[in-house]
Amino acid sequence: MDTISTETVTIRTANATDSQAIAALDGKITGLAKPDYWRDLIERYRQRAQKRHFLVAESGGMVLGFIMGEVRAWEFGSPPCGWVFAISVEPDRRVSGVGTMLFEALCDRFRENGVATVRTMLARDDTLIMSFFRSQGMMAGPYIELEAALD
Amino acid sequence: MKLQTASRLALLAVLELAGDPKRQRSAGEIADAYGISLNHLAKVLRDLSRAGLVEAVRGVGGGYRFCGNPKRTTLLDVIQLFETISAHAGEQTNTDEASAMEATLGLILKEIDDTVRATLQSITIDTAVKLSERSRAARDKPPNG
Repeated sequence: MDTISTETVTIRTANATDSQAIAALDGKITGLAKPDYWRDLIERYRQRAQKRHFLVAESGGMVLGFIMGEVRAWEFGSPPCGWVFAISVEPDRRVSGVGTMLFEALCDRFRENGVATVRTMLARDDTLIMSFFRSQGMMAGPYIELEAALD
Repeated sequence: MKLQTASRLALLAVLELAGDPKRQRSAGEIADAYGISLNHLAKVLRDLSRAGLVEAVRGVGGGYRFCGNPKRTTLLDVIQLFETISAHAGEQTNTDEASAMEATLGLILKEIDDTVRATLQSITIDTAVKLSERSRAARDKPPNG
């Protein structure tokens, strides 16, 4: 079953017709237009849908937000866990539970996939999204992201 | 990391009061609950009151209650009323080699400070209270249920 309903917001699996709305929402927030990226991503996730999940929150026919993630195993030495790769909610619909609904729906799918941990990675100065994930009970995990410039 | 005593008392007081915003608690009740100095806590509560995070309730059964916005106030907001969380400033050095070493050490310490700031400014009072409630529920859960 891929739909959960509350009074006004429905969480469902994204389909090809959502790509424009998703690209528009992402463009509004990031300032970058990536319509091909989102169309291809939705299609890739639909092809291997068992452990990949691309969900949208919809109300009155309008996409309010989306979340995507998948189960990854043994990278960086980590046993299988669910990764949240992206989440976005319309700015004027934030702090109304939409993000929480999306996150909980994705976590439910991860539990169905048999994993017991959800992870994500984000910019250290992205306080807004970090606050959101922390409000969902997430804390810093045992891994550190390191990087270096390739001169 | 170690917080200054005033910062720690302030966080405990704010989280205790925000955990039940309709209820007022006296400074004595909070001090007893956490085994902390009443005098020191009273001073901290006055500072928190000036900052608009708690308010004193007068009269019989009076005390303090949380009056800030728990979803907008972060742990860093509270701490910064009492101390500064900032990057290692470094000291003036005399040679290029010493300067390079100081700059390297500064980068390392800045990494730690940046992580500390990001953590503290991303945890709201509301989130911290919920984390505490989850922790209490997990601790109180019967072993097999």
